[in-house]
Amino acid sequence: SVIGVRFQVAAALQEGRVTPAELCQRCLSLIKSTKFLNAYITVAEETALKQAEESERRYRRGQPLGVLDGIPVAVKDNFNTAGIETTCASNMLKGYISPYNATVVQKLLDQGAVLLGKTNLDEFAMGSGSTDGVFGPVRNPWSYSRQYKEKSVPKSHSEDKESNWVITGGSSGGSAAAVSSFTCFAALGSDTGGSTRNPAAHCGVVGLKPTYGLISRHGLIPLVNSMDVPGILTRCVDDAAVLLGSLAGHDPKDSTTIQDNFKPFELPNLTDVSKLSIGIPKEYHAPGLSSEILALWSKAADLFKNSGAKVIEVSLPHTRYSIVCYHVLCTAEVASNMARFDGLEYGHRSDMNRSTESMYAATRREGFNDVVRGRILSGNYFLLKQNYENYFIKAQKVRRLIANDFVKVFQSGVDILLTPTTLSDAVPYMEFIKEDNRTRSAQDDILTQAANMAGLPAISVPTALSERGLPVGLQFIGRSFQEKQLLTVAKWFENQVKFPMIQLEEVKRHNHDVFQHQKSASFS
Amino acid sequence: VAARGCGGVWRRAWRRGAGGPVPAPRGQRAVTCNAKGGAVPAGKSGLAPWVPVVGLEIHAQISSNSKLFSGSQVQFAAPPNALVSFFDASLPGTLPVLNRRCVEAAVMTGLALNCSINKKSLFDRKHYFYADLPAGYQITQQRVPIAVNGSLSYSLCIDNKMSQIVTKTVRIKQIQLEQDSGKSLHDDTRSQTLIDLNRAGVGLMEVVMEPDMCCGEEAAAAVRELQLILQTLGSSQAVMAEGQLRVDANISVHRPGEPYGVRTEVKNINSLRFLAKAVDYEIQRQIEELENGGTILNETRAFDSKLGCTVPMRDKEGKQDYRFMPEPNLPPLILYDAKSLPANMNHQQVVNIDWIHERLPDLPSVKRAKLVEQYGILPEHSFTLLNEDGLAEFFENVVKQTQMKPKKVIGWILNDLLSYLKQHSLTVKESPVSSFVLADLLNLLEKKDISSAAAKQVLAELWKGEGKTPLEIVKEKKLELIQDQKELEQICQAVIDGRENEVMMMVLR
Repeated sequence: SVIGVRFQVAAALQEGRVTPAELCQRCLSLIKSTKFLNAYITVAEETALKQAEESERRYRRGQPLGVLDGIPVAVKDNFNTAGIETTCASNMLKGYISPYNATVVQKLLDQGAVLLGKTNLDEFAMGSGSTDGVFGPVRNPWSYSRQYKEKSVPKSHSEDKESNWVITGGSSGGSAAAVSSFTCFAALGSDTGGSTRNPAAHCGVVGLKPTYGLISRHGLIPLVNSMDVPGILTRCVDDAAVLLGSLAGHDPKDSTTIQDNFKPFELPNLTDVSKLSIGIPKEYHAPGLSSEILALWSKAADLFKNSGAKVIEVSLPHTRYSIVCYHVLCTAEVASNMARFDGLEYGHRSDMNRSTESMYAATRREGFNDVVRGRILSGNYFLLKQNYENYFIKAQKVRRLIANDFVKVFQSGVDILLTPTTLSDAVPYMEFIKEDNRTRSAQDDILTQAANMAGLPAISVPTALSERGLPVGLQFIGRSFQEKQLLTVAKWFENQVKFPMIQLEEVKRHNHDVFQHQKSASFS
Repeated sequence: VAARGCGGVWRRAWRRGAGGPVPAPRGQRAVTCNAKGGAVPAGKSGLAPWVPVVGLEIHAQISSNSKLFSGSQVQFAAPPNALVSFFDASLPGTLPVLNRRCVEAAVMTGLALNCSINKKSLFDRKHYFYADLPAGYQITQQRVPIAVNGSLSYSLCIDNKMSQIVTKTVRIKQIQLEQDSGKSLHDDTRSQTLIDLNRAGVGLMEVVMEPDMCCGEEAAAAVRELQLILQTLGSSQAVMAEGQLRVDANISVHRPGEPYGVRTEVKNINSLRFLAKAVDYEIQRQIEELENGGTILNETRAFDSKLGCTVPMRDKEGKQDYRFMPEPNLPPLILYDAKSLPANMNHQQVVNIDWIHERLPDLPSVKRAKLVEQYGILPEHSFTLLNEDGLAEFFENVVKQTQMKPKKVIGWILNDLLSYLKQHSLTVKESPVSSFVLADLLNLLEKKDISSAAAKQVLAELWKGEGKTPLEIVKEKKLELIQDQKELEQICQAVIDGRENEVMMMVLR
């Protein structure tokens, strides 16, 4: 509309092919029929319908608020939403109703978006599977797709077919599943070490982690303040650009946001990539990278090369130290950030009342799961006076080296880095939980967390289906604040690979053009 | 070090102190030290005398409309928890936003204390669990504070003689910006703790003074001078009774030529008088302890103003490790001067050190010198004038409105006005006699309309505050001096005429 950019489904709204209320209704009934995915913790049916009606009135008057007016969205349950429970999937905040909206939530609402509900996650976003929240694991919608069902042959008849479902990745698994299963058109995640890109890759959706400081963190319940960014999950790159345009910019309530004005942009259709220089960081050929993903990565590199782009191998030599440093910095900030949960002002409070100290201890024992408590313990250990120099300071120094690696590569003329997002496609839940959260996180964040350490923008784009019929995403990493270039390249790539649409029985029942207009070509 | 509401801690400490042996009352002998900062005379051991060393950590609440990192109002004695923003209550997801006014107040204070202002300073988190610290950490400036390496000159009189004033200097180690904590109120009967977060997040300047002092009197004089400077700058109201200025004293004693002794920290000092008392008591206690073969523990002690002594405050079981960490939600605080100020910068967005420097008001020392020079009053009188809030202005206003010489005016200000106000516990502002009225009275005296004794009589009437002018009182009480020669002759004649015999007798005798 005003600025020429529009959300994909917005055309249907504007042309009156569907009304906001209808759209909202359909999403709500899809949420119900896909309840088994456990993607949502809270469905805000009543307020969503009210918002949709208001939107409808605006459309009727011909005065929609903006590009997002009437568009149903979901928000990860670690963003504050006034009047709607915000739990972080933790006993600590079960039943907690925040008195204020996170800046990003407020921006969505101010532009007329319809907030359907709050999506599931790992407790306090600590995990890479969306399996470790107090409300149970999120199921990957692709587990129920025709594509996956056709390819996955149960090893034995005794094996319960039900146990074959695969994880979404995480920690924004609820948001990724919500977008992937068509229950909303876009969702907010958060990304600290890959929490948006990882589930986006596993669920076959676009996952954007913007540059640190571009989008306000005010109201996002922090994991690691120095790395957290609100993440954007959408079905296509164009939609991600629209959402970015609606959310980005300085926020007086977040002193780490950039001062400069952010101008929303429309993505051009690249026809010529010959001026592009794509870097392939050799260190991302990490141990454990599946041969299938390696092959897709090479194929993608070839795609650029064959289209005339310059594709060069580059080195980010400190990458291999990144995950351990990430672990130290992450747990240290976690230990600090979690100190406020003492049962006094809000959240869970234990009945234990022998003394203030014993109340604190019991509250925190009852309120946090093992993963959170474990990270608090190690973080406090790293911050102890006698350890601070050896761990925290060193990790900070290495973090600087990692950031410098990227600076050097970009200075050498590379525009965009191309890497895998994950080591493999999504694994079945039963397999995933064989390893503990720490081991899993260390493996699963390996290809994504360096972008957080360096504060760079990165996006995971669905690329192809694996042999098991599950989505695989590839990651593009761009220069700081060069989202437009990053997304333009991502969009070109998206157009080339023609990622297939998920075929879900549940969605078919709600088969409507608005849900599928965008990729009808690949829908067979 | 956290500035904390002392109510609860104090009571706990008191209980513990009272549970143990009651400290023996010590002699009234105050610890004295000579003007050179010398040592305390040797005790019974007869060895070389002891050298007491006193350093101070002073928390000054910044005078500002809103808190250091949030928009909540700052106000003394508001209803509990009436001034608490989401950030102050540490609601998840809230972030600190630095208050520009607090930064400017700290820069002003730093400049006034001859500090170098760090163009880049950093914020850190200091962690400890306490009910009135909602976030579980305090945001402070541990690594790089906003101002460092300053000095403060203060004066004190020797042997309580106003005529012998010596000036001393204490080095200022640093000034750091930090958050105040809330207040805990312990309800022992219902065994519960009530929390008031009104104070949580109020901006503090922690002024760290090097251990350059040696007795309570010096400590009190240094703090008094700091207090005057803060009040002159307006960077803090610095009223100790309202907790806007809180002083912790670090105290140790050692033999001359030997390294400093183990120090104790004395907290819960809420007036200058108690500061002097607490320091002197603690010095004496340490000397006696050491002379009796004991050792000094590195501990925190509280001053008990009723008993006039210090008592151990909390067990040092499991020494606190504050697990300092950089505050990730606040970028480094960058300050500019005229040279470094970027041209395209929005001036509302930056703090310019030079700009603040140019606008610093006259500091107390300068003001005193000016008073002495301009009015020819004694230096010690200039101290008295500045020590009372508003007294110097009062004096200057009176001088402006009378023909009386300032040197004479000062006597009326100090001997009459000030002593009356002190007797009645009034501030200068509350004086029933305004500078205008006093000037009026002094003019009558100066014109020889009334005698000095009559003027005192009039002043006594004026204190009643009945709204009469000095002239009205003079007339009412017929206190005028008669200046008409004829009238005087007539009076004399009348006296003589009626009493001829007596007059004769007088003459003959």
